[in-house]
Amino acid sequence: MAEKSGAEILVQTLLDLGVDTVFGYPGGAVLPIYDALYDHPKIKHILVRHEQAATHAAEGYARSTGKPGVVLVTSGPGATNAVTGITDALMDSIPMVVITGQVATNLIGSDAFQEADTVGITRHCTKHNYLVKQPSELAGVLTEAFHIATQGRPGPVVVDIPKNVQVAAAEFSSHNGLKNSRYQPQVDGDFKAINEAAEMIMQAEAPILYTGGGIINSGPKASETLGQLAELLGAPVTSTLMGLGAFPASSDQWLGMLGMHGTYEANMAMNRADLVVCLGARFDDRITGRLDAFSPNSKKIHVDIDRSSVNKTVRVDLPVIGDVGRVMEQLLAVLKGRKFNAPDYEEWWSRIKGWRATDCLAFPESKTEIMPQLAIRKLWEATHERDPIITTEVGQHQMWAAQHFDFEKPNKWLTSGGLGTMGYGLPAAIGAQLGDPDALVIDIAGEASIQMNIQELATASQYRLPVKIFIVNNEYMGMVRQWQELTYESRYSNSYSDSLPDFIKLAESYGWTGILIDDPADLEAGIAKMIETDGPVLVDCRVAKLANCFPMIPSGAAHTDMLLAPEDVKGTMDDNAKALV
Amino acid sequence: MHIKEEQVERHVLAVLVDNEAGILARIAGMFTARGYNIESLTVADISADHAISRITIATNGPPHVIEQIIAQLDRLVPVHSVRDLTEAGPHVQRELALVKVAGKGENRIEAMRLADVYRARVVDATTESFVFEITGAPDKIQTFVGLMREVGLVEVGRTGVVAIGRGPDSA
Repeated sequence: MAEKSGAEILVQTLLDLGVDTVFGYPGGAVLPIYDALYDHPKIKHILVRHEQAATHAAEGYARSTGKPGVVLVTSGPGATNAVTGITDALMDSIPMVVITGQVATNLIGSDAFQEADTVGITRHCTKHNYLVKQPSELAGVLTEAFHIATQGRPGPVVVDIPKNVQVAAAEFSSHNGLKNSRYQPQVDGDFKAINEAAEMIMQAEAPILYTGGGIINSGPKASETLGQLAELLGAPVTSTLMGLGAFPASSDQWLGMLGMHGTYEANMAMNRADLVVCLGARFDDRITGRLDAFSPNSKKIHVDIDRSSVNKTVRVDLPVIGDVGRVMEQLLAVLKGRKFNAPDYEEWWSRIKGWRATDCLAFPESKTEIMPQLAIRKLWEATHERDPIITTEVGQHQMWAAQHFDFEKPNKWLTSGGLGTMGYGLPAAIGAQLGDPDALVIDIAGEASIQMNIQELATASQYRLPVKIFIVNNEYMGMVRQWQELTYESRYSNSYSDSLPDFIKLAESYGWTGILIDDPADLEAGIAKMIETDGPVLVDCRVAKLANCFPMIPSGAAHTDMLLAPEDVKGTMDDNAKALV
Repeated sequence: MHIKEEQVERHVLAVLVDNEAGILARIAGMFTARGYNIESLTVADISADHAISRITIATNGPPHVIEQIIAQLDRLVPVHSVRDLTEAGPHVQRELALVKVAGKGENRIEAMRLADVYRARVVDATTESFVFEITGAPDKIQTFVGLMREVGLVEVGRTGVVAIGRGPDSA
């Protein structure tokens, strides 16, 4: 066997694992790896402008393609800058492998230049992490890292590689592979539990399917299976933020998103259901609202690949551990085997029809200002036939996008759900565009969030990526301002976006096309121009400044206590509600 | 507004893990990160090839938290198995303590007498001190150390609990 340097082994192993794109930023502690990459044009290295963006770009790539995202950064600040994106990937279950440089093994612990305890810092924001101390361990560790990142509940894995390990040599032969991994998550659901689930479904009179990001993670086939299951059951379907697109929004059975900014019909149906079938979701606090009032009269089935998600916040009657796509297939087989014929749930659907009649996503019209909801609606009308990939930042624009942009297919909606990371959308759009060069990729942004990773305009320019950014500009950190209006008597402490740049000039200085829309009459033309223009385009869409995102379940409230319109707002909250996020 | 406290119960968990760098930090850190309690934690490698360690954790919390602790431990990659010995049924808990007592006259004789009652062994002696070795369930050690405080305790070291289920089955 031939000897190779650690850096060579690393690059060769990445190739063996099928990696073709790496998002990274060089530095002292990864110079040997960058030198090895120089000889391997098969791996496309995307040079970002900040390590946080490398991680979000890898997330965008992973979420839209289903393949793991790969990140390469240097020691110290390279690694610490990546921590936000790593945590984001952990919260949203995104498969990602992050390779970090480290100071030489003999310098570890000496406070060397650009030394940080990367393994210590990332221990609780990764699914697993490694410090590799010998080049001979590299191939095995990397292979296991990819296995762990992608199998079971996906997540980020950090591999920290000291510089001397990159330089030192070890024997290496390709295709070592992973033998009998210690990490073998359960994929198939327990047969008895599946039968019990079928039994509960057959007895239900008001069932609802509550779906989540797990279905997207399970792969496109899981979304198809969900469609079949929903068709067989004839039950209403709702989803978390992360699960949007797994079930087509055009279906009659679709209730819209549930939770804090979900629809009235979705939340009321969850509250009144007699059976909740949770598929790859985790009863997050944005979904449940006040726990003791969450879906009080229902039996609950929870399908999840991660046992620790079961009974974490909401007690369920029947947990089914396994891959949600596989479990749905098993469930379908059992229901069909038992010749299950769904009742038409006539009474249940007539109640849902009543809730739908509130038309909770309606918003006031304006002749003088662009309503942000209308901007999203028009964006959807102009683009939906092209199956665009939509990314978002975090805040009001994100919730408006979730409410007013209808998704038909999985892997088209990339957003930071669990961690709620402002600055996610632009790098995620870059990653998604690299994964699918022909797709129309649009980052729906806010003027505050976009500034958190605005430097990535350069990355899109460098790689000729025709990413579109649609800034819903209301000159406020809108969600903070909305909470201050609802909770703190409109005392707008530090939520005004002062000293904004001229976004058009800023875009142009990076070689982008900039389009300003500030008149409702120009909205459609402006959007059309954005789509027609080749290359990257930034749209600065000036919207009504004080619009709020409704419906909304305020903190500490039940699903049945939704705020539907500005008239419902009291402007104060008690301390118990204030203490909740 | 006031923050509510919940009723807690004590559980002893036996955790088998890969004997690798950082495993203890991973487990202890998971407890602090998620706000769980550790009463005591012991660890030593137990397999012939030194590949597997057994960690015994005494923890406390409301039942739903104990359930979460077990699930969270179980999903750590280097963790092979987690067994709740308290839940599993009858088991033996043992702890070892070294107890140093200094003094002369009546206190010294009393210390010796109590050590005899509690089956503590003398592992070091000078004319003015003893070091006792005592093993037993944690409450026995607690009581013994309490008694020694009255007769000249100067130092105590405890191992923390190790535990194992009764009967022929393994964890």
